[in-house]
Amino acid sequence: MKFAIVVNGSPSSSQAAATALRFTEAALHQGVDVLRVFFYGESVLTANRLTHPPQDETNLTQRWQQLASDHDVELIVCIAAAVRRGVMDEREAKRYEHTADNLADGFELSGLGQLVDASIGADRVITFGGRA
Amino acid sequence: MVLHTVNSSPTQSRCLEDCLQLIRPPAVLLLIEDGVYGATTAHQALLDQLPDEISCTVLQPDVDARGLRPLLSERFDLVDDNGFVELTMKCDRVQSWY
Amino acid sequence: MSQIADLLLVLRHGPYGGLNAREGLDAALTAAAFEVPLSLLFLNDGIYLLQSDQQPGQLPAKDLSKTVPALAMYDIERLYVRSRDLEQRGMKPEQLVVEVEVLDDEQAANLFHQHRHILSF
Repeated sequence: MKFAIVVNGSPSSSQAAATALRFTEAALHQGVDVLRVFFYGESVLTANRLTHPPQDETNLTQRWQQLASDHDVELIVCIAAAVRRGVMDEREAKRYEHTADNLADGFELSGLGQLVDASIGADRVITFGGRA
Repeated sequence: MVLHTVNSSPTQSRCLEDCLQLIRPPAVLLLIEDGVYGATTAHQALLDQLPDEISCTVLQPDVDARGLRPLLSERFDLVDDNGFVELTMKCDRVQSWY
Repeated sequence: MSQIADLLLVLRHGPYGGLNAREGLDAALTAAAFEVPLSLLFLNDGIYLLQSDQQPGQLPAKDLSKTVPALAMYDIERLYVRSRDLEQRGMKPEQLVVEVEVLDDEQAANLFHQHRHILSF
Protein backbone atom coordinates (compact mmCIF):
# COMPACT_ATOMS: atom_id res chain seq x y z
CA MET A 1 0.00 0.00 0.00
CA LYS A 2 1.24 3.49 -0.93
CA PHE A 3 1.02 6.49 1.42
CA ALA A 4 1.50 10.19 0.69
CA ILE A 5 2.20 12.11 3.89
CA VAL A 6 1.55 15.85 4.07
CA VAL A 7 2.99 17.87 6.95
CA ASN A 8 1.55 21.35 7.41
CA GLY A 9 2.10 22.44 11.02
CA SER A 10 5.01 24.39 12.47
CA PRO A 11 7.80 22.33 14.08
CA SER A 12 7.92 24.76 17.01
CA SER A 13 4.31 25.73 17.67
CA SER A 14 2.68 22.41 16.83
CA GLN A 15 3.40 18.68 17.13
CA ALA A 16 2.84 18.07 13.40
CA ALA A 17 6.45 17.35 12.41
CA ALA A 18 6.96 15.02 15.38
CA THR A 19 3.70 13.10 14.96
CA ALA A 20 4.28 12.77 11.21
CA LEU A 21 7.80 11.49 11.88
CA ARG A 22 6.58 8.73 14.23
CA PHE A 23 3.75 7.88 11.83
CA THR A 24 6.14 7.64 8.88
CA GLU A 25 8.54 5.43 10.87
CA ALA A 26 5.68 3.13 11.89
CA ALA A 27 4.38 2.98 8.32
CA LEU A 28 7.81 2.07 6.95
CA HIS A 29 8.26 -0.64 9.60
CA GLN A 30 4.96 -2.14 8.48
CA GLY A 31 6.16 -2.31 4.90
CA VAL A 32 4.10 0.63 3.64
CA ASP A 33 5.50 2.27 0.52
CA VAL A 34 5.83 5.95 1.52
CA LEU A 35 5.78 7.65 -1.87
CA ARG A 36 6.69 11.04 -0.52
CA VAL A 37 6.58 13.26 2.53
CA PHE A 38 5.49 16.74 1.45
CA PHE A 39 6.29 19.64 3.76
CA TYR A 40 3.89 22.52 3.26
CA GLY A 41 2.89 25.63 5.21
CA GLU A 42 4.76 26.28 8.46
CA SER A 43 6.22 22.76 8.39
CA VAL A 44 8.85 23.87 5.87
CA LEU A 45 10.78 25.24 8.86
CA THR A 46 11.53 21.60 9.73
CA ALA A 47 13.98 21.66 6.80
CA ASN A 48 16.03 24.57 8.18
CA ARG A 49 19.44 23.09 9.02
CA LEU A 50 20.30 26.08 11.22
CA THR A 51 17.73 24.94 13.80
CA HIS A 52 19.45 23.89 17.03
CA PRO A 53 17.28 22.92 19.99
CA PRO A 54 19.07 22.44 23.35
CA GLN A 55 21.18 19.23 23.60
CA ASP A 56 18.67 17.37 25.76
CA GLU A 57 15.82 17.97 23.32
CA THR A 58 15.01 16.22 20.06
CA ASN A 59 16.37 17.67 16.86
CA LEU A 60 13.48 16.94 14.51
CA THR A 61 15.39 18.05 11.44
CA GLN A 62 18.09 15.45 12.14
CA ARG A 63 15.50 12.77 12.89
CA TRP A 64 13.87 13.35 9.50
CA GLN A 65 17.27 13.34 7.80
CA GLN A 66 18.09 10.02 9.47
CA LEU A 67 14.79 8.55 8.37
CA ALA A 68 15.34 9.71 4.79
CA SER A 69 18.79 8.16 4.63
CA ASP A 70 17.77 4.90 6.35
CA HIS A 71 14.74 4.30 4.18
CA ASP A 72 15.36 6.31 1.03
CA VAL A 73 12.18 8.35 1.56
CA GLU A 74 11.61 11.49 -0.50
CA LEU A 75 11.30 14.59 1.69
CA ILE A 76 9.94 17.30 -0.57
CA VAL A 77 9.63 20.86 0.73
CA CYS A 78 7.22 23.19 -1.08
CA ILE A 79 9.44 25.77 -2.73
CA ALA A 80 6.95 28.65 -2.53
CA ALA A 81 6.15 27.97 1.14
CA ALA A 82 9.86 27.61 1.94
CA VAL A 83 11.18 30.68 0.14
CA ARG A 84 8.57 32.96 1.71
CA ARG A 85 9.72 31.68 5.13
CA GLY A 86 13.44 31.95 4.43
CA VAL A 87 14.29 28.31 3.79
CA MET A 88 16.48 28.11 0.68
CA ASP A 89 18.75 25.72 -1.13
CA GLU A 90 21.84 26.98 -2.91
CA ARG A 91 19.99 27.77 -6.11
CA GLU A 92 17.23 29.81 -4.46
CA ALA A 93 19.73 31.62 -2.24
CA LYS A 94 21.61 32.68 -5.38
CA ARG A 95 18.42 33.68 -7.13
CA TYR A 96 17.50 36.00 -4.25
CA GLU A 97 21.12 37.13 -3.85
CA HIS A 98 21.69 35.77 -0.37
CA THR A 99 25.16 34.81 0.82
CA ALA A 100 24.04 31.60 2.51
CA ASP A 101 21.56 28.78 2.09
CA ASN A 102 19.99 26.71 4.87
CA LEU A 103 18.11 23.74 3.42
CA ALA A 104 19.11 20.63 5.37
CA ASP A 105 20.59 17.66 3.44
CA GLY A 106 18.04 15.00 2.68
CA PHE A 107 15.32 17.57 1.95
CA GLU A 108 14.58 18.84 -1.54
CA LEU A 109 12.73 21.98 -2.68
CA SER A 110 10.11 21.43 -5.35
CA GLY A 111 6.75 22.69 -6.52
CA LEU A 112 3.21 22.11 -5.30
CA GLY A 113 2.79 19.77 -8.25
CA GLN A 114 4.66 17.21 -6.12
CA LEU A 115 1.82 17.32 -3.60
CA VAL A 116 -0.76 16.77 -6.32
CA ASP A 117 1.29 14.04 -7.97
CA ALA A 118 1.79 12.15 -4.69
CA SER A 119 -1.91 12.48 -3.83
CA ILE A 120 -2.96 10.98 -7.12
CA GLY A 121 -0.39 8.18 -6.99
CA ALA A 122 -1.08 7.14 -3.40
CA ASP A 123 -3.66 4.79 -1.91
CA ARG A 124 -3.86 6.99 1.17
CA VAL A 125 -3.15 10.68 1.79
CA ILE A 126 -2.81 11.91 5.35
CA THR A 127 -2.29 15.48 6.54
CA PHE A 128 -0.60 16.50 9.80
CA GLY A 129 -1.87 19.99 10.50
CA GLY A 130 -0.74 22.65 12.91
CA ARG A 131 -2.61 24.98 15.20
CA ALA A 132 -5.63 26.90 14.05
CA MET B 1 -14.71 4.46 5.62
CA VAL B 2 -13.30 7.83 6.74
CA LEU B 3 -10.67 8.32 9.45
CA HIS B 4 -11.16 11.68 11.19
CA THR B 5 -8.17 12.95 13.19
CA VAL B 6 -8.56 15.84 15.64
CA ASN B 7 -5.41 17.49 17.01
CA SER B 8 -6.65 20.35 19.21
CA SER B 9 -7.98 20.58 22.74
CA PRO B 10 -11.78 21.00 22.95
CA THR B 11 -11.33 23.88 25.38
CA GLN B 12 -9.01 25.77 23.01
CA SER B 13 -10.59 25.09 19.64
CA ARG B 14 -13.83 24.02 17.99
CA CYS B 15 -12.12 21.24 16.00
CA LEU B 16 -13.72 18.36 17.86
CA GLU B 17 -17.23 19.84 17.78
CA ASP B 18 -16.85 20.73 14.09
CA CYS B 19 -15.74 17.17 13.39
CA LEU B 20 -18.59 15.64 15.39
CA GLN B 21 -21.13 17.62 13.35
CA LEU B 22 -19.97 15.94 10.14
CA ILE B 23 -18.70 12.50 11.13
CA ARG B 24 -20.98 9.73 9.80
CA PRO B 25 -20.61 5.97 9.75
CA PRO B 26 -18.64 4.22 8.45
CA ALA B 27 -15.96 6.24 10.26
CA VAL B 28 -13.32 6.16 12.95
CA LEU B 29 -12.49 9.09 15.24
CA LEU B 30 -8.83 9.38 16.33
CA LEU B 31 -7.75 12.08 18.77
CA ILE B 32 -4.07 13.02 18.53
CA GLU B 33 -1.71 15.62 20.01
CA ASP B 34 -3.66 18.17 22.12
CA GLY B 35 -6.81 16.55 20.73
CA VAL B 36 -6.37 13.75 23.30
CA TYR B 37 -7.81 15.99 26.03
CA GLY B 38 -11.13 15.38 24.28
CA ALA B 39 -10.93 11.71 25.30
CA THR B 40 -11.10 12.50 29.02
CA THR B 41 -14.29 12.03 31.01
CA ALA B 42 -14.52 15.82 31.41
CA HIS B 43 -15.58 16.09 27.76
CA GLN B 44 -17.65 12.92 27.57
CA ALA B 45 -20.90 14.83 27.00
CA LEU B 46 -19.65 16.03 23.60
CA LEU B 47 -19.82 12.44 22.37
CA ASP B 48 -23.30 11.65 23.70
CA GLN B 49 -24.93 11.97 20.28
CA LEU B 50 -22.26 9.97 18.46
CA PRO B 51 -23.58 6.70 16.96
CA ASP B 52 -22.16 3.56 18.64
CA GLU B 53 -20.83 2.20 15.37
CA ILE B 54 -18.30 5.03 15.14
CA SER B 55 -15.28 3.79 17.01
CA CYS B 56 -13.48 6.35 19.14
CA THR B 57 -9.72 6.02 19.44
CA VAL B 58 -6.98 8.07 21.02
CA LEU B 59 -3.24 8.08 20.32
CA GLN B 60 -1.38 6.37 23.17
CA PRO B 61 1.95 8.27 23.02
CA ASP B 62 0.07 11.56 23.32
CA VAL B 63 -2.08 10.22 26.18
CA ASP B 64 0.89 8.91 28.14
CA ALA B 65 3.02 11.99 27.45
CA ARG B 66 0.33 14.01 29.24
CA GLY B 67 -0.33 11.45 32.00
CA LEU B 68 -3.98 11.21 30.98
CA ARG B 69 -4.64 7.46 31.36
CA PRO B 70 -6.51 7.82 34.69
CA LEU B 71 -8.77 10.47 33.16
CA LEU B 72 -9.75 8.65 29.97
CA SER B 73 -13.37 8.01 29.09
CA GLU B 74 -14.35 4.35 28.54
CA ARG B 75 -15.69 5.26 25.12
CA PHE B 76 -12.09 5.48 23.81
CA ASP B 77 -9.65 2.77 22.81
CA LEU B 78 -5.93 3.45 22.89
CA VAL B 79 -3.99 2.97 19.66
CA ASP B 80 -0.22 3.25 19.31
CA ASP B 81 1.62 4.56 16.25
CA ASN B 82 1.35 1.18 14.53
CA GLY B 83 -2.36 1.21 15.25
CA PHE B 84 -2.60 4.68 13.70
CA VAL B 85 -0.99 3.32 10.52
CA GLU B 86 -3.35 0.32 10.57
CA LEU B 87 -6.37 2.61 10.91
CA THR B 88 -5.11 4.64 7.95
CA MET B 89 -4.91 1.46 5.88
CA LYS B 90 -8.29 0.20 7.07
CA CYS B 91 -10.07 3.49 6.29
CA ASP B 92 -10.22 4.66 2.70
CA ARG B 93 -9.45 8.31 3.35
CA VAL B 94 -8.46 10.70 6.10
CA GLN B 95 -9.86 14.10 7.12
CA SER B 96 -7.58 16.01 9.50
CA TRP B 97 -9.27 18.58 11.72
CA TYR B 98 -6.85 21.23 12.98
CA MET C 1 -21.83 6.18 -2.40
CA SER C 2 -20.69 7.27 -5.85
CA GLN C 3 -17.43 9.15 -6.25
CA ILE C 4 -17.64 12.82 -7.23
CA ALA C 5 -13.95 13.56 -7.86
CA ASP C 6 -10.42 12.48 -7.00
CA LEU C 7 -9.70 15.21 -4.48
CA LEU C 8 -11.71 17.04 -1.85
CA LEU C 9 -9.92 20.10 -0.51
CA VAL C 10 -11.32 21.23 2.83
CA LEU C 11 -10.57 24.85 3.74
CA ARG C 12 -11.45 25.54 7.38
CA HIS C 13 -9.54 28.72 8.09
CA GLY C 14 -10.39 32.31 7.31
CA PRO C 15 -8.10 34.68 5.42
CA TYR C 16 -5.33 36.93 6.85
CA GLY C 17 -5.00 35.41 10.35
CA GLY C 18 -2.36 33.11 8.89
CA LEU C 19 -1.29 31.59 5.59
CA ASN C 20 -3.34 28.41 5.84
CA ALA C 21 -6.24 29.62 3.66
CA ARG C 22 -3.92 31.13 1.08
CA GLU C 23 -1.82 28.00 0.81
CA GLY C 24 -4.94 25.85 0.60
CA LEU C 25 -6.18 27.90 -2.35
CA ASP C 26 -2.75 27.60 -3.99
CA ALA C 27 -2.96 23.83 -3.64
CA ALA C 28 -6.41 23.87 -5.27
CA LEU C 29 -5.17 25.98 -8.19
CA THR C 30 -2.18 23.68 -8.67
CA ALA C 31 -4.30 20.53 -8.63
CA ALA C 32 -6.62 22.14 -11.18
CA ALA C 33 -3.67 23.15 -13.36
CA PHE C 34 -2.67 19.47 -13.33
CA GLU C 35 -6.21 18.69 -14.45
CA VAL C 36 -7.03 16.64 -11.36
CA PRO C 37 -10.80 16.56 -10.80
CA LEU C 38 -11.46 18.22 -7.46
CA SER C 39 -14.05 19.80 -5.21
CA LEU C 40 -13.57 22.59 -2.70
CA LEU C 41 -15.44 22.66 0.59
CA PHE C 42 -15.29 25.99 2.41
CA LEU C 43 -16.06 24.79 5.91
CA ASN C 44 -16.44 26.55 9.27
CA ASP C 45 -14.36 29.77 9.21
CA GLY C 46 -13.25 28.84 5.69
CA ILE C 47 -16.40 30.52 4.37
CA TYR C 48 -15.01 33.91 5.42
CA LEU C 49 -12.73 33.53 2.37
CA LEU C 50 -15.86 34.10 0.29
CA GLN C 51 -17.05 37.27 2.03
CA SER C 52 -17.53 40.23 -0.34
CA ASP C 53 -15.77 43.57 -0.07
CA GLN C 54 -12.57 42.40 1.61
CA GLN C 55 -10.08 45.26 1.94
CA PRO C 56 -6.89 43.74 3.34
CA GLY C 57 -4.53 46.24 1.68
CA GLN C 58 -4.15 48.21 4.89
CA LEU C 59 -3.00 45.18 6.92
CA PRO C 60 -1.02 44.85 4.57
CA ALA C 61 -2.05 41.62 2.86
CA LYS C 62 -2.95 40.44 -0.61
CA ASP C 63 -6.70 40.26 -1.28
CA LEU C 64 -7.54 36.55 -1.20
CA SER C 65 -11.13 37.10 -2.32
CA LYS C 66 -9.64 37.99 -5.73
CA THR C 67 -8.10 34.51 -5.95
CA VAL C 68 -11.43 32.80 -5.37
CA PRO C 69 -13.07 33.87 -8.68
CA ALA C 70 -9.91 32.61 -10.44
CA LEU C 71 -10.94 29.10 -9.39
CA ALA C 72 -13.60 29.16 -12.08
CA MET C 73 -10.98 30.00 -14.71
CA TYR C 74 -9.21 26.80 -13.73
CA ASP C 75 -12.44 24.87 -14.23
CA ILE C 76 -12.96 24.29 -10.51
CA GLU C 77 -16.73 24.26 -10.54
CA ARG C 78 -17.61 22.32 -7.43
CA LEU C 79 -17.50 24.93 -4.66
CA TYR C 80 -19.42 23.95 -1.55
CA VAL C 81 -20.41 25.68 1.67
CA ARG C 82 -22.60 24.45 4.51
CA SER C 83 -25.84 26.24 5.37
CA ARG C 84 -25.17 25.91 9.11
CA ASP C 85 -21.85 27.78 8.72
CA LEU C 86 -23.55 30.60 6.79
CA GLU C 87 -26.37 30.94 9.33
CA GLN C 88 -24.06 30.85 12.36
CA ARG C 89 -22.08 33.72 10.85
CA GLY C 90 -25.00 35.81 9.62
CA MET C 91 -23.93 35.36 5.99
CA LYS C 92 -26.08 34.88 2.90
CA PRO C 93 -25.06 32.93 -0.22
CA GLU C 94 -25.93 35.85 -2.53
CA GLN C 95 -23.43 38.07 -0.70
CA LEU C 96 -20.47 35.78 -1.42
CA VAL C 97 -17.84 36.58 -4.06
CA VAL C 98 -18.68 33.48 -6.10
CA GLU C 99 -21.63 31.23 -6.69
CA VAL C 100 -21.49 28.20 -4.43
CA GLU C 101 -23.61 25.17 -3.73
CA VAL C 102 -25.12 25.32 -0.23
CA LEU C 103 -25.26 21.95 1.53
CA ASP C 104 -26.99 20.73 4.65
CA ASP C 105 -25.00 18.73 7.21
CA GLU C 106 -25.88 15.37 5.62
CA GLN C 107 -24.74 16.47 2.19
CA ALA C 108 -21.53 18.02 3.55
CA ALA C 109 -20.79 14.85 5.56
CA ASN C 110 -21.31 12.76 2.44
CA LEU C 111 -18.61 14.71 0.58
CA PHE C 112 -15.96 13.10 2.79
CA HIS C 113 -17.09 9.69 1.54
CA GLN C 114 -17.44 10.72 -2.10
CA HIS C 115 -13.84 11.63 -2.95
CA ARG C 116 -10.82 9.37 -3.31
CA HIS C 117 -8.62 11.56 -1.12
CA ILE C 118 -9.02 14.54 1.18
CA LEU C 119 -6.52 17.37 1.52
CA SER C 120 -7.22 19.17 4.80
CA PHE C 121 -6.32 22.81 5.32
